Amino acid sequence: MSQIFHRSTNTIARISIYGAAVLFAALGWAAYKLSASPYVTDVNVAKDQPVPFSHKHHVGELGLDCRYCHTAVENSSSAGMPPTQTCMTCHSQVWVNSPMLEPVRASYRDDKSIQWIRVNAVPDFVYFNHSIHVNKGVACVTCHGPVGDMPLTWRANTLQMGWCLDCHRNPEKFVRPRENVFDIHYKAPENQEALGLKLMKEYKIQSLTNCTTCHR
Amino acid sequence: MQPAHNPPVIEPGHTYASVTDKISSIVLSRKQPKGWYFGFAIAFALLMLLTYAVTYLLVVGVGIWGINIPVGWGFAIVNFVWWIGIGHAGTLISAILLLLRQKWRTSINRFAEAMTLFAVACAGMFPLLHMGRPWLFFWMAPYPNTMYLWPQFRSPLVWDVFAVSTYATVSLMFWFVGLIPDLATLRDRSKNRAGKVIYGIFAMGWRGSAVHWHRYETASLLLAGLATPLVVSVHTVVSFDFAAALVPGWHTTIFPPYFVAGAIYSGFAMVMTLSIPIRKFYGLEDFITMRHLENMAKVMLATGLIVAYGYMMETFGAFYSGNQYDRYMVLNRWFGPYAFFYWMLILCNIAIPQMMWFKRLRTNVAVLFVISLVVNIGMWLERFVIVVTSLHRDFLPSSWGMYTPTRWDWATYTGTIGLFLTLLFLFIRYLPVISISEMRGLVEEPSGEKKTG
Repeated sequence: MSQIFHRSTNTIARISIYGAAVLFAALGWAAYKLSASPYVTDVNVAKDQPVPFSHKHHVGELGLDCRYCHTAVENSSSAGMPPTQTCMTCHSQVWVNSPMLEPVRASYRDDKSIQWIRVNAVPDFVYFNHSIHVNKGVACVTCHGPVGDMPLTWRANTLQMGWCLDCHRNPEKFVRPRENVFDIHYKAPENQEALGLKLMKEYKIQSLTNCTTCHR
Repeated sequence: MQPAHNPPVIEPGHTYASVTDKISSIVLSRKQPKGWYFGFAIAFALLMLLTYAVTYLLVVGVGIWGINIPVGWGFAIVNFVWWIGIGHAGTLISAILLLLRQKWRTSINRFAEAMTLFAVACAGMFPLLHMGRPWLFFWMAPYPNTMYLWPQFRSPLVWDVFAVSTYATVSLMFWFVGLIPDLATLRDRSKNRAGKVIYGIFAMGWRGSAVHWHRYETASLLLAGLATPLVVSVHTVVSFDFAAALVPGWHTTIFPPYFVAGAIYSGFAMVMTLSIPIRKFYGLEDFITMRHLENMAKVMLATGLIVAYGYMMETFGAFYSGNQYDRYMVLNRWFGPYAFFYWMLILCNIAIPQMMWFKRLRTNVAVLFVISLVVNIGMWLERFVIVVTSLHRDFLPSSWGMYTPTRWDWATYTGTIGLFLTLLFLFIRYLPVISISEMRGLVEEPSGEKKTG
């Protein structure tokens, strides 16, 4: 009877045993890397908008308060997107002929909202409320990152559940005094942990990690 | 020690060559009987039905099934437990009987193991489909994830994932390792090149040297040792899915032993259902003898009685506990809207199998075949009664409800039977249904047994 397989098959067989283990490990690693990549999480990906609105200019340079546009943030689950009228409070006076702002003027003229591209969003099965976070000393920039430095807005954090839990498990590492919540220049002090614990007591902040806190 | 008057496990007059010829010819040279094509066609049609039902399920969602609140578990769990139970006979035969050196197991262990594998494949589908989003199945595994969550390790449902996946892995390994010498035989006897190469790849270079046999024996023994606890543990964990809940009719300590006995009961019934036609159509009466059938009948009788004891204790416990919900659960089973199924279950699982006490009936192949079918149905009814009658009326009468399976439930269920039979037909066609190498080992046994017996 002739040989069915060449001698090299022995080597191939041996390699394939270890190869399979390496392959599965590599696939697992690749899946992990992919799930953490901006491709999936959108982190640091600046989105093109109908109007190239710059937070860097309006907030960082001109010093507008977050609440000038996002008016509902202290009282509502949603921070609120400004109506075109808010833009026009200034832009009926300044940059009135700028071609960049034509969509804003068109929106005002035709009474049609500007269709902004959403940057930060949590899934529908997550209950999230801006007002409770803001009122308990969680700053805008804690979640949204250095908005004052963003020419076009990007997502600064993954908004994945693990990221939420980072703070929900250890709020003392992140909370700051209420009066600094909208301060984009605030720097966490050396004694953040001690301050955080003190603020937790003062603001009655609990570490809420029950499923139903967010999945109602 | 077997008594000397027992019928032999292999009919006299066989030699090494005749055993090898007879078994390998089914795969290699003999023309498949018309029945094979007929049976395969039906099985394959059912498999296509499964594909259709599952595709529609994935598109639309589990709402196409009859499940509702309060009966959230319906057919998916009934069928899961039924299939997983059927698999248990294969593991019992191949592992425990191997360790107990019961030689009679040799001719039935190969296809009993195959049956285990195929049954586990069918069983595994149901919880996955029942999850609603089967593509997120990996959420059941503990792995570092973006949610910073581990599975709830205190839940038996998580243990179930480990139990069933371990079971599937060990069963596959056991089956495959046992196949290697036979695959080499097929490789060597194959006439065409494709057969030589394909069997050759899976034979993994087996040459039958003393070293090979030594390693083979060691590996088999180790795997048997690994598989043995699984016979008991898998269905114990499955029973915890029920017993750890507070629902009346589930929350009892009798569940683990009663489930394990039920699993072996239904498993042997299925082995019987399959082995009787196989031995007839392929002329394997010399290898699967009356002694095998009778032994299996005895195992069924014994496990059936344990199951009957389980039913009895359940009823006794319900009245003895004085708990009104438990008492109502039993009364509801007896006289409620699903009473028909309960009494059918008693008839199928307890009354009819008592015929096996009589040797004349126990050695009648036709009677055994019918009993095995009846027990298969009875064990399915048992799971239906446990799942549905317990859930549909629990504590609050205001939340009572009824459960009616839809045509998609039936399509999925019969579809998995199609999957099971398709795999089985392919197995019969392409692999030796009886272990050639182990049967060769039996050739000289009958004479030796007579001398010592």
